[in-house]
Amino acid sequence: MAKVRGAIVVDVEKCKGCGVCVPACPQEVISLAKEVNGKGYHYAYMNKPEDCIGCANCAIVCPDGVISVYKVKLDN
Amino acid sequence: MGELRLMKGNEAFAEACIRAGVDAYFGYPITPQSEVLEYLMSQKPYETTGMVVLQAESEVAAINMCYGAGGAGFLPVTSSSSPGISLKMEGVSYIAGAELPLIILNVVRGGPGLGDIQPAQSDYFQATKGGGHGDYRLYVLAPSSVQEMADFVLIAKEMAFKYRNPVMILSDGIIGQMMEKVELFDPIPRRTIQEVEKQAPWATTGKKANRERNIITSLDLDPLKQEQHVYHLRDKYSQMEREDVRFEEISTEDAEYLLVAYGSSARICQKAVDLAREEGIKLGLLRAITLFPFPSKRLAELSNQVKGMLAVEMSLGQMVEDVKLAVNCRVPVEHYGRTGGVIHSPVEVLEALKSKIIK
Amino acid sequence: MDFKDIIKPENLVYRRSSLLTDKPFSYCPGCGHGTIHRLIMEVVEELGIQEITVGIAPVGCSVLAYEFMNMDMQQAAHGRAPALATALKRLMPDKYIFTYQGDGDLAAIGTAETIHACNRGENIIIFFVNNGIYGMTGGQMAPTTLPGMPASTCPFGRDVNIMGNPLKITELVAQLPGVHFATRQSVHTPRNVRRAKKAIQMAFEVQKNKKGTSFVEFVSNCNSGWKLSPVAANEWMEQHMFPFYPLGDIKVDGNLVTK
Ligand SMILES: Cc1ncc(C[n+]2csc(CCOP(=O)(O)OP(=O)(O)O)c2C)c(N)n1
Ligand code: SF4
Ligand code: SF4
Ligand code: SF4
Repeated sequence: MAKVRGAIVVDVEKCKGCGVCVPACPQEVISLAKEVNGKGYHYAYMNKPEDCIGCANCAIVCPDGVISVYKVKLDN
Repeated sequence: MGELRLMKGNEAFAEACIRAGVDAYFGYPITPQSEVLEYLMSQKPYETTGMVVLQAESEVAAINMCYGAGGAGFLPVTSSSSPGISLKMEGVSYIAGAELPLIILNVVRGGPGLGDIQPAQSDYFQATKGGGHGDYRLYVLAPSSVQEMADFVLIAKEMAFKYRNPVMILSDGIIGQMMEKVELFDPIPRRTIQEVEKQAPWATTGKKANRERNIITSLDLDPLKQEQHVYHLRDKYSQMEREDVRFEEISTEDAEYLLVAYGSSARICQKAVDLAREEGIKLGLLRAITLFPFPSKRLAELSNQVKGMLAVEMSLGQMVEDVKLAVNCRVPVEHYGRTGGVIHSPVEVLEALKSKIIK
Repeated sequence: MDFKDIIKPENLVYRRSSLLTDKPFSYCPGCGHGTIHRLIMEVVEELGIQEITVGIAPVGCSVLAYEFMNMDMQQAAHGRAPALATALKRLMPDKYIFTYQGDGDLAAIGTAETIHACNRGENIIIFFVNNGIYGMTGGQMAPTTLPGMPASTCPFGRDVNIMGNPLKITELVAQLPGVHFATRQSVHTPRNVRRAKKAIQMAFEVQKNKKGTSFVEFVSNCNSGWKLSPVAANEWMEQHMFPFYPLGDIKVDGNLVTK
């Protein structure tokens, strides 16, 4: 069976830590960091990267468009 | 020789707009200038030159349509009369701030408020000192004949692009409504979109791959940048004062007294000059054709020659302030004029000259 | 496989539209304006019409939309964007013209321009962001503020007996023959974003076919004005805004949708 894996890249310095991406993720991959970026925002990051399926839900709801999404199909 | 026609001033203006290759007219009916839109609709220029003509839902909408058109590099025209011009003023200020071409005709009527529909010249302050908000000026032309209602469209077109600034033609109910013989200039074709883009590389006609995006705005949240922008506007206004002041002199060579007037008042004053000369009074007339830039320099020169000046305008006295500034107390300057839609006669002007200046 | 091995150009499936400038949005964290900007630019990019599209920014929080959308744009006086769009479209009938306006801009000060542009059936798109409040000026009551909803100029909640009722302007303009397509969308969940994008695509299609006005409302959040966190604002929006402003198409293909 083909398994899908994904990954996101957050433009950390442009993330405003709004958290809108967090509930949008069906896999609960994303959390807001304890640390802050240069603007003082708790930026989003992949807390559980192995669970990401590259569905892009997080990216399409991100108001600031700071998430890029990557996806691969893995053949077992 | 151009085509000769007997026309109302408003119609001559409208016909001249078509012939000048104006791209769009947006307006809203108000007396005494409704003939402009009526004439345009009767001529259907959208079928010949492709000029857009649209009756807007208000003067506010009309002026903002002009902003849109000017922002895309086109030459829009709007017209109205006093109350409608007041309503347009926010838009005029935006257009001046965003540096867009525009011709705006005001066929002035008596005010304030709804006033009446008779001729007046009481919108001088609004035209020359603002009306809208902020540090801006309009280039203001004052026609005094039906012929000039047509011809000034060409000057206005030239100035609107030379300075990227709105040009106001400040007329009044006399000039707008009266019929005179006009010699119409030959039609000039409208620019193609390619010509528009060439003349106005700043216009928003769609971002081509080979250029940066064009933005039309009057906003700069950074006060230092906004200040620089206003200084840039000031430089344009100074250039107008250096290069594009227009006026006409009648019997000034030997004048001992001077009338200063514009528009229909200047026609009345011309008659007053004749009456005075019959009585042996050496009276001259300076007719301001541009109200901004005002012919201040020439008035200053004349103040070394004459014993006094009478500013004659159909208002409580508005232009008189510019005359006083120009003359700078070198000779007495007084105002005379009926207002509220009442037209003064040449005899009244002469009487006022005698009682206020000659004494 | 380490996730770092997945992050390669050939595996890229989503990125922000290249028609957005690099300038970070000036909007508050979580504000729907950003998502809506992104979607419009995505559609313009996918249709390949950047060179023939002109947008009009309003007065409101999105006054600087032209800083973020990499295309020719004009900035209109408060409420007058549809008048600008009218002139642009009539002078350049083959270009795509859209306005982008907030509720105060479109449904209060600019009501006349909105209704008359729609009534003339101007072949333009009006994107309408309804956040029920005046965001830019600090959270004052808007024509769309809900009954009972507090705002800085109705601190005890909108009392309809004093302040009048909220205006459902999309339903209003949908009645006009000039309007070909009217819809109400939101962008707070992935599903809603996908639907909203389809609505935007439809609006450009209508304009391409010169069918008349498209009116695309987005019920959106203003977490600063509502004084809620972004996520809580989205929940509040679902609970309170959507019952009053139900999502979905209102007029399609020139026909009112009967529910
Ligand atoms: C003629 C005029 N009146 C008032 C204002 C002040 N003003 C700026 S934005 C705004 C309200 C904008 O609210 P809305 O359209 O709902 O947009 P939002 O900021 O919520 O996105 C007001 C009243 C103005 N700029 N111009
Ligand atoms: S939605 Fe975007 S801006 Fe908000 S926290 Fe997530 S990545 Fe950051
Ligand atoms: S791409 Fe999908 S699974 Fe991966 S983080 Fe984003 S929402 Fe979650
Ligand atoms: S004030 Fe409201 S509408 Fe404006 S940017 Fe902030 S959240 Fe968005």
